[in-house]
Amino acid sequence: MSHPPLAAEFTANRSRAHWHDKALWFVREKRDRMANSVPEWEQLREHASAIKMHTVSQLPLYLEQFERNALALGVHVHWAETAEDHNRIVLEILQRHSVKRIVKSKSMLTEECHLNPFLEKNGIEVVDTDLGERIVQLRNEPPSHIVLPAIHIRKEEVGECFHEHLGTEKGASDPAYLTEAARGHLRQKFCQADAGITGVNFAIAETGGIVVCTNEGNADLGVSLPKVHIACMGIEKLIPRVSDLAVFLRLLARSATGQPITTYSSHFHGPRPGCELHVVLVDDGRSGIIQSSEFRRSLSCIRCGACMNTCPVYRRSGGHSYESTVPGPIGSILAPLKDSEKHSSLPFACSLCGSCTDVCPVKIDLHHQLLAMRGLLGQRRLIATSKKLSMKFVAGIMKRTWLFNLLGKFARLSLRVLPRFAIYHRFNPWGRQRELPEAPAKSFRQMYADRKSTASNPGDKSK
Amino acid sequence: MSSASKNSAAREAILRRVRAALPQSTPLPELPASGPWQTFEDPTTRFREVLESVGGLMVRVPDVGAADAWLRDFEPWKKSATRLTVIPGLGDSTLDLNSIDDPHALEHVGFAVLKGHFGVAENAAVWVTDADVRHRVLYFIPQHMALAIPASQIVNNMHEAYGRIQVGGYPFSGFISGPSKTADIEQSLVIGAHGARSLVVFLIEEW
Repeated sequence: MSHPPLAAEFTANRSRAHWHDKALWFVREKRDRMANSVPEWEQLREHASAIKMHTVSQLPLYLEQFERNALALGVHVHWAETAEDHNRIVLEILQRHSVKRIVKSKSMLTEECHLNPFLEKNGIEVVDTDLGERIVQLRNEPPSHIVLPAIHIRKEEVGECFHEHLGTEKGASDPAYLTEAARGHLRQKFCQADAGITGVNFAIAETGGIVVCTNEGNADLGVSLPKVHIACMGIEKLIPRVSDLAVFLRLLARSATGQPITTYSSHFHGPRPGCELHVVLVDDGRSGIIQSSEFRRSLSCIRCGACMNTCPVYRRSGGHSYESTVPGPIGSILAPLKDSEKHSSLPFACSLCGSCTDVCPVKIDLHHQLLAMRGLLGQRRLIATSKKLSMKFVAGIMKRTWLFNLLGKFARLSLRVLPRFAIYHRFNPWGRQRELPEAPAKSFRQMYADRKSTASNPGDKSK
Repeated sequence: MSSASKNSAAREAILRRVRAALPQSTPLPELPASGPWQTFEDPTTRFREVLESVGGLMVRVPDVGAADAWLRDFEPWKKSATRLTVIPGLGDSTLDLNSIDDPHALEHVGFAVLKGHFGVAENAAVWVTDADVRHRVLYFIPQHMALAIPASQIVNNMHEAYGRIQVGGYPFSGFISGPSKTADIEQSLVIGAHGARSLVVFLIEEW
């Protein structure tokens, strides 16, 4: 399905859509307060962007350096060209150790590869340990946000879900009570697990180590008890130096949830004594994106989710309406890069307001890329005829000044004199779920012309 | 194909594709530890404020003995049946860490007193490494935790922090800022997700 009907489904429940919008805006405001408290914020963004651009321009070098240093630390390094290869590699490691149960912390990459269903099909119990991810896993649905996986779910619904699966009291919906229940339930899972799987926030070329950031401590607990730790990462997660971490750790949590840093920022350099650490480096289309000068910068993404929290479309349509592992502005670029036919509606779920670009901690030119992606979809003939025809129609009007002026006058007059039923009806989508603006007395062109003539008058004080 | 040769074939293929159309190289910015980064007139006060805002508690004491006295009067410590410390004179241990080979045996630790190396004023993070504990799970599994650092060891920001550590020298090292937390249910902050339910950071003046 495309984005508009799924978004319509979400907005049909007006109170939920409104609540969702407010919840995300709350996070956006926290982010603003944090960003404003750091005087060199803009400089950090510049640095982060430059580090990422540099890294991708030397990626083969840094990949080899990372591999060399990781091997020297006793890490097993695996390379996976595709999602299928990634899944096969993980399964082979688990089978070699006769693993029956694993605990997993948040990893967008393993979501992208659909690792969970694959492992389950092969008889392995997979438990997502991030609270939000556990909630959506028990509800048998995908996360709707990359940092806040269960942001679309009300606490009463979490209560019902936990009552069914964890035996909490019926009707209980207190977040502290529910979190406590999940803590007890997941502690058992942590202690029973034969292996732990994590994502990777940053991989450091100069040391061969990886960094994983969480607030709950689930990644850390999950890989500190069992003997096997598998860390899965896209090849774009590399950074050259340890000192680069300072820049990224200062930006990541502030941008994501408005915290000064995540509770745990764990640096792993080699396995525990007698244990194994595996790192799986995954391409799955990334090398293709590097070759595209237009979309290369999308690989700088550090998955903070700030662009989602600020996006007026995402906030009102919910993450599931994107039908993509990564939703929101950045997802609307990454998803069509992967499968332009399936995700062709996403770059249009955007008003090009540019708010995403303003908050992005690594300065990805998100709204420019979204516009460029529309062009690419046009070239590939993946734009709906209705959209193409209406664009042609509007372009025809805009090309003819007299017609544009005439229709402008007509529209202003109509808004003033027509009865409601003639304006708000099913043929006018602009009047759906909103009030049209009051018609101004003059057009912008008229106001501009008036202003110019007063400004050119030398006796005018406003000059 | 064996999995080793599959791996090297995949490696070659990925590197070849990445090399195929690399963009022009752009410079890597210099990041001197000295700045221009945010500094604070009184880093310790800033550390305390930020730590409290993330749910932790800073306790400044003249020496280890004073920290010990404070701890023995702290409810979570008094209520913990299984306790563990790695700092002589600060609390006591009800089990012998050196006799434990399997980290699963630490499942029921109620309170652990561990060593931190320094704190970061801008975000209340404390640097810890596995060189100071036999099992790194001790940073994550206890119900409650205290970290002790010398009071003089507070740096301003993360750049200064990374300027003074050898990250690659430990299988595990990291920053811990406050107790474990989650806001995954309706954005309501709950302290005590999977890790510590409370975190005390002792700043010890004479150590």
